[in-house]
Amino acid sequence: MVEEKIIYQGAEAKIVLSEYLARKVIQKRRLHKRYRIKEIDEKLISTRTKEEAKLMAAARRQGVAVPIIYDVDLKQGIITMEYLDGSRIKDIFNSLKDEERKKLCYKIGESIAKLHNGDIIHGDITTSNMILYEDKIHFIDFGLGEINSEVEAKGVDLHLLMEAIASTHARYIDSFNYVMLGYQDFYKGDINEIERKIDDIIRRGRYR
Amino acid sequence: MIVLGIEGTAHTFGVGIVEDENSYCNVLANAMVTYMPEKGGIHPREAANYHAEHAAEVISKALSQSNLSMNDIDLVSFSRGPGLGPCLRTAATAARALAATYSKPIIGVNHCVAHLEIGRGVIRECEDPVLLYTSGANTQVIAFAEGKYRVFGETLDIGIGNCLDKFGRIVGLPFPSGPIIEKLALKGKRYLPLPYSVKGMDIAFSGLLTAAEQYYRKGEDIEDICYSIQETTFAALVEVTERAMAHTEKREVLLGGGVAANKRLREMVEIMAKDRGADFFVPPKELCVDNGAMIAWLGLLMYKSGIRMKIEDTTIDQRFRTDMVEVTWRG
Repeated sequence: MVEEKIIYQGAEAKIVLSEYLARKVIQKRRLHKRYRIKEIDEKLISTRTKEEAKLMAAARRQGVAVPIIYDVDLKQGIITMEYLDGSRIKDIFNSLKDEERKKLCYKIGESIAKLHNGDIIHGDITTSNMILYEDKIHFIDFGLGEINSEVEAKGVDLHLLMEAIASTHARYIDSFNYVMLGYQDFYKGDINEIERKIDDIIRRGRYR
Repeated sequence: MIVLGIEGTAHTFGVGIVEDENSYCNVLANAMVTYMPEKGGIHPREAANYHAEHAAEVISKALSQSNLSMNDIDLVSFSRGPGLGPCLRTAATAARALAATYSKPIIGVNHCVAHLEIGRGVIRECEDPVLLYTSGANTQVIAFAEGKYRVFGETLDIGIGNCLDKFGRIVGLPFPSGPIIEKLALKGKRYLPLPYSVKGMDIAFSGLLTAAEQYYRKGEDIEDICYSIQETTFAALVEVTERAMAHTEKREVLLGGGVAANKRLREMVEIMAKDRGADFFVPPKELCVDNGAMIAWLGLLMYKSGIRMKIEDTTIDQRFRTDMVEVTWRG
């Protein structure tokens, strides 16, 4: 039996390294909140767990790598999924050779385009939410995601990655352009509309 | 340094006088009047007329409360925005007239930032909080990050106070409806499911308002509806506040705005803070609602950090955003 280990504790959930049917797994366990009444607490936890599992399944159908889901417990709010023994893109990004980084960014763009082709909005696309495992970029944490076909939602999704690159990988700020190259080649909708929307969002210049 | 501040963004016309004492805020006076519409919501022009009629009287009242005269005042500050144009112009005009007549320097300040700074100013332990600012028109989660006060979450449609007042109007409660809804909610027993709309760090209330109205038209118990409205909207507010705290890694939470008077909201924020091992702060009620003292205090902080304005710089800005303010007074 693997000893359980909390990998990350956020405001809404904790990520635990655990064991399931003799396999090393990751469990996302949503946290109960004492400040809200039971009716609201239980409903939020079960619907969000369900939504997240559905989004992960939808992403897989679009050909985007995500951890395999082994079990979903709506009552407890636990998603049990494959443990990816790889590296976070955030941790390897800055040490890659230029050519490798460009290639990686192109692939990130390709994956985001595939998500958006299925109207899947990830909601928190940062390099900490991507894991390179068995040569594929796996997307994790769909907790803020939704199904949405609007250009606005897709623009915001991409803009978030742009900001994440600017803050976490400031030296390689041009990387976002390579992400957009991959996106362009695989996005099935109107790419100009998306690019205009990103410019729009930059001009709006809101917080974060 | 002694500063007189004039607030006038919406219903309230307030004049406060403060001084600094070992870099904390000492409130010497905090006078105010509040415009109450006869029916319906706020009418900006009517509110502004009301403010104009009462301006001189509230200024005199603040001076007499503090036993000071205009000669003792070192600076006049006022709320530049955000707020309703006619109200902002009235407060700004009063401030300019005072400054010009008595040859005092003048500074225009951001209303939302003032709500946060007054908490830090009067509560010694409160140093670097995440502010949950809930009033009629404004609902924002604000924290200091990278040299500015940034909005980490806010309403996408109406403010929480506005949501409560609108529901109050539909069911025939007088303005402001928040305190009455709070009382009714205490007797509510049954939770009626309402839309819970948190998108990332932002919140929306209009769908919930419609659903609550439908419960009322169907004849559901008003006490149960009030209970359900409070539980749902407050849970959403606390959730985005907690997310901002986790994101910014801050260990203090501060309440501000008129809705901060609600005991249930306070209780929920306090539980959240406790479970995170964070500190919870709320200023006295008269400093939570819109007031002149907080405007005076922010004016003092800005002036002391070297900011100066000429009369021609003191234009109002109805859409003055929190993150537009250059924060020169914090390290």
